[in-house]
Parts: sequence; structure tokens; C-alpha cells
Amino acid sequence: MTDTKVTNILPIVQATIERHGPSKEELVPILSDINRSLGYLPKEALEEVSRLLKIPKSHVLSVASFYYMFSTKPTGKHIIKVCESAPCHVSNAFAVIRAIEEELGLPPNSTSQDEKWTFITTSCLGVCGVGPVMIIDDDIYGNVEPSQVPSILSKYQ
Amino acid sequence: MKYYRSHILVSVDPECVDKGAYEVIDALQDELVAQGLIDEVQVLETSKISDCSKGPELLVYPEGVRYAGIIVDDIPYLVQEHFLKGRIVEKFISQPKQIVDEELNAPTPKEIRTVLRNCGLIDPGNIEDYIAEDGYMALAKVLSEYTPDQVIDIVLKSGLKGRGGAGFPTGKKWQFTRMVNNTPRYIICNADEGDPGAFMNRRVLESDPHSVIEGMVIAAYAIGASQGYIYCRAEYPIAVQSLKTAISQARSLGLIGNNILGTDFSFDLEVRIGAGAFVCGEETALMASIEGRRGEPRPRPPFPAVSGLWGKPTNINNVETYANVPQIILKGAEWYASMGTEQSKGTKTFALAGDIVNTGLIEVPLGITLREIVYDVGGGIKNGKKFKAIQTGGPMGGCLPESYLDLPVDYASLTAAGSIMGSGGMIVMDEETCMVDIARFFMDFIQEESCGKCTPCRVGTRRMLDILENICHGKGRPEDLDTLEMLCSQIRETSLCGLGQGAPNPVASTLKHFRHEYEAHIYEKKCPAKVCRALIRYEINPAFCTGCTVCARNCPVEAISGERRNTHVIDPDKCIKCGICKQVCNFNAVEIL
Repeated sequence: MTDTKVTNILPIVQATIERHGPSKEELVPILSDINRSLGYLPKEALEEVSRLLKIPKSHVLSVASFYYMFSTKPTGKHIIKVCESAPCHVSNAFAVIRAIEEELGLPPNSTSQDEKWTFITTSCLGVCGVGPVMIIDDDIYGNVEPSQVPSILSKYQ
Repeated sequence: MKYYRSHILVSVDPECVDKGAYEVIDALQDELVAQGLIDEVQVLETSKISDCSKGPELLVYPEGVRYAGIIVDDIPYLVQEHFLKGRIVEKFISQPKQIVDEELNAPTPKEIRTVLRNCGLIDPGNIEDYIAEDGYMALAKVLSEYTPDQVIDIVLKSGLKGRGGAGFPTGKKWQFTRMVNNTPRYIICNADEGDPGAFMNRRVLESDPHSVIEGMVIAAYAIGASQGYIYCRAEYPIAVQSLKTAISQARSLGLIGNNILGTDFSFDLEVRIGAGAFVCGEETALMASIEGRRGEPRPRPPFPAVSGLWGKPTNINNVETYANVPQIILKGAEWYASMGTEQSKGTKTFALAGDIVNTGLIEVPLGITLREIVYDVGGGIKNGKKFKAIQTGGPMGGCLPESYLDLPVDYASLTAAGSIMGSGGMIVMDEETCMVDIARFFMDFIQEESCGKCTPCRVGTRRMLDILENICHGKGRPEDLDTLEMLCSQIRETSLCGLGQGAPNPVASTLKHFRHEYEAHIYEKKCPAKVCRALIRYEINPAFCTGCTVCARNCPVEAISGERRNTHVIDPDKCIKCGICKQVCNFNAVEIL
């Protein structure tokens, strides 16, 4: 997810803006799509958005840094999210978080050296009936037991 | 428009077709004509009902009976028995395959499912399923029989209050927006359900999106709006897809767009996706986000009804509020007002989570007690443990102890008790929950999601969180309790928006009802519930340990040592108190002290 040479960034930004229309009201959906395509929002992308939408760079950065789902730092190939909100907490999400930390040698809210994994803890994901919940990329795992963590993680290359 | 007294749905799933579904349909039509019933009974094609392994399957309404394995030769008998003589044919009945729905159990006796009525029973990807359940009939009725003011009147009389948490009378809100002489007017659906523990809106959006869309079109007509937005959180990708499909199907049938159902009322609808900010559930922050800005709330007045999206009159309602509207139109305001209490009419969905047997979604008439929800509907506490507290209303709600179990669940009672209705999350906690840890937990969430705009919330919640963390780590001081109470009242009174104003509630309610736990943490440096890691230690009791080594092999930090068949020992310096050893021990030898 991190092959973000400048030559790749600008075409993606331009295509995204063309899809949504160059209006400042579309800023959040535009940044969302770019974040999805590139894995994060590189500085060059934000500058290009500012240029094409004709809005100040400070405004673009203020929005890019506000929303939790945007990242201004590179992320790993696979993103693991574990909910640590109250319902998952009382269902022992802590043990799942510890199990992931042990398995990958990665503390929460960090990216591995080899850039394979980004591990973050999140607020409620809205599937509280099956807590504790773990999401890897677009796959949702519910009722996760700590002992299942190694086999779930091994599915991802 | 023709009204049939009965409908026969025949599955034309490819497997059913292979087994003769179309021949069955033809035979049905022929027999109905022969019996003079063709204008009373309608035959419809549908997608898979349950399974076709026995042969073509039929679903007959209004009885809701499923017949399976039907062949052409069965048809004359079936039609004569069921439709002429009114007798269900037992020998053709087949129970549908049991589908395990982890979130939505079969309704319990005390529930009334109106908002959830279609969830899990219709195919949300097929608008015709919704129409078959009287979908869009309310819209047709509104556009052909009522003026906008009459619609508002019906909603006012029903007593419907906003289901997002504030509980403001919906009819009044619509009235205020309509009265403002400024166009265009906008309708927004707040689908940014971010309360931990609440997933009712998510389910309705995924499984019955048209109920929300229909409610919005009716609201738009009543208010005089021409454009609507559904602001849905990005963490709900299936709901977003379900909505987009539903909107496109509704548009192709002329139920959204220009000249709806051939009238001169036009209204269009768009989905806008959030980007992971809990505060964007607050209406002014939500509108800022749609406008492409940071999701920071602003002071009110002016209220959105007067000046909302791009300064225009805007009506914002929650998913569940809109989902109630079609049924209110079809069944009447009196029907809705017959449920619930004097001040809190109707039903409410709740999401039960935590240490309760039946986690998942429920829908009950307002006024039901907490005890009935926890024990009758929820099945009581998991693993035979004891009830300790229930938290209602999300992270800005309060925790209520056992003495409050007979409290009726309605807007006024919950507020008076120090909690709130909120969006409808209910987290049940058993005796192994530490209430100080829970208060710390919610404050951590609020601190993370605080937008940072106003000092009382940004700095105040940080201070409260620091104090709570100190207490949980055994560093609490006696004066901390007074400081917490002072911060609670200051933050509540001076914060800009509902997030800050409600932030103190978990702390205030736990201080009120569970003060002894705070005191144990501070004075005795003990956590009575044995949760706060800094105040407990894990030890192996030699009396029960058999030396089986299971705990040592599972310990993630190799803190347990011991020879096979000898008592094992936990090294307190390495132990991270994750609890795995206790979980895997088959002899109950691991104790928390």
C-alpha cells in the first residue's frame, strides 16, 4: 500500500477529483477515496487537492487531520482494527489486543518495520452483538478468542 | 388501484424453476380463474423464500404460511381448500430453514416490532419485497390524500419523539422547518450511529433501507424540501451499499426524483459517507462535514430548522425516527399513541450488549421497566453471574445499579435518574465489572472523540481522564473525588455541544451509585471487582494446581514457571494480568487477589 511515488499520486488525485467534481463540498469524499487508493494521504496529494479545488492548504490539512479514518502517515499492507469500546471491552477485547501484540511484536497504533501490518485500536464498529470484534482490511471477525489470533493473521500474506 | 385479499408468492429461484415453478404459477392462474378468484388472489414471483430442495415453494399472505414441494397436480386442491374454504393445507406446510441471526433473535413476548418488522424477513436488495409488505403505500396515501400540514398534524398527534437521543417532538421540528420562509429546504438523516453498543440503526439501514427512504420522502413533502442526504458512518459499508442500491431502485420506479408518483412533488436523495468522527453524530458537526469542513459543532441558536445546511432550513432526524413514519401514516396516529407512556409514545429499539444472555436487537414499547428488559427480554445475566449495573444511552449516559431495575424506560424517567435514553444502546454489567474502570473507559472514549473546539470539553475531559487513570493505577488521592465532582458540573454547564455536556454522566452516576468502589481504590488501593490491573495480582493456588502446564504454555509473556506435575508459579514482575491463564486452567487454580 505504500508505493506512493509522486508520479503515482498526482494521477490518482486528479482522477478522484474528476469523479467527484472539483467542489469544496466534496472534500471529505475526495480525501476518503484518495486515502483508500493510496493507503494514506501523502503531502503531495493534499497539495494537489488544494490546487485543484482552489482551497487553502491549511483548510485541506485541517480536514485531513480531523477525521480518524484518514492517515497522513504511511500504513501497512494490511490494517488490523480492534474495537476497544465498552461492549467489546466487557467481552474481553483486551486479551485479543494483547494476543495480536504478542503474535506480531507490534504495540497498538503502530506499523510494522516491514510495512506488512498496521495495528490500530478503534472506537465502536457497530457489531457489538458479536464482540470482541477484529477487522482486517475489509474482513470482519466476531466473537474472537485470543487463541484464534495466530491462525487468523496467518491468512494474510 | 386493485386491492387483493390474498397474495401467493412463488419462488422463481433457479433451483425452484428447475423443479417446475413456472408450471406451478401457470396452474395457479388457471385454477384461480376457474374458481372466479382471479381478482381477489394475486400470484407473484419472488426470490428464494427458504429452500427448494423439496420442490417449488410458496408463501401465502396474509397468513404467512409456507408451502413446499408443490407440484401442478396439487394446485386445484390447494386453491379450493385455502382460498375458497379458508383452510390452511397442513400436509403442504413446511417450516422454513432456521437461519441463525446472531443479532436479531425471534421476538420475545414483551416486544413489539414495528421499526424492526422487516429486518431479516425481506430481501433489502429487492424493492419489490418491501412493496409487498405495504411498502411505499404510505407515500402514495400522503401524496394523494394529505396536504403537507395534514401530514405534520398526524406526526404531531402520534407523539413521535426524535429517536436519536434528544427526544424532541418530531412533528414540532417538521413544523418549525416548514415555517421558515427560505428555500431550498433540506432533509438529513443522521445515520452516524457512533455510540458504543448501539447498532440498531445499522441493522435497519442494511436490512430495511426503504423504510427510512420512504419516511424521508414523506418528511420532505411535509416540510417542502427538495433535496435530502443520508449521512452514514464509513464503518458501515454494507449499510452504505444497501442504501445506494435501494435509492437507485426507488428512483427507477419514480418514488424519488422528479414528479414522484406522477405528482408535482420532486425530491432527490444522496448518501454522504462519514470519515470516522464520533462527534459528527452531533447535528451541527454533521452538517459541517457535509459542507466539506472539520466536524466541529457550533452554538445553537440558530437551530438547523432555521439555518442549517448552507444556511438553509434543514430538518435532521435519526434513522429510527424516519423509519417509524410510514407505519404511523398507514396505521394512524392513534395506533402509535396507544403504545408507550403519556410523554413517551410508541416503541423504541435497543441494542443489548455486555454480560447478558440474549445480546442483540430488541424493540419494546416505551414505559417497559429495566428489569423486564434485562430478565424477560434479555434472558438475564450470562453464566449465572449477578447483575451489577446497566448503562443506557451510550457514552454520555449514566450507569444505573440494581435499585433502579424497576425504573420505566422513557425519556423523562431516565433523565431524572441521571442517565439518558440516547440512541438506545444498553450495556449490561455483571459483578466482575469495576465501575471506576468503566467510568475511565467511557472518559477515554470521549476524550479521544472530543473535537477540541471548546476548552471545557477538550481540557476538562483530559483532566478527568488523568484523575481516573491515577485512581485505577492506585495513585488516587482523597481530594480527587471532590475535584471530579467539580469538573463534572463545570463541564456539563459550559460545554458547547451535547458531547461535552453529557461527558460527565458516566463519572457522575458511578460516583453517586458506586462511591464505595472509588473509595476502595483510593484509600485501600484495592479494586473490589478485581479488574484494575495495577491493583490485582494473579496467583496460582497450590491446593488446586496439578502441574498440568497448560497455563505456562498459553502465557503470552512466559511469566509462569514450573515442572510438570509440580505446582506452577506466576512471576508478578512479568505478569501482564491478561487473564489467559485463568481462562485455560481446568482446575480453577488461578486466583485473582
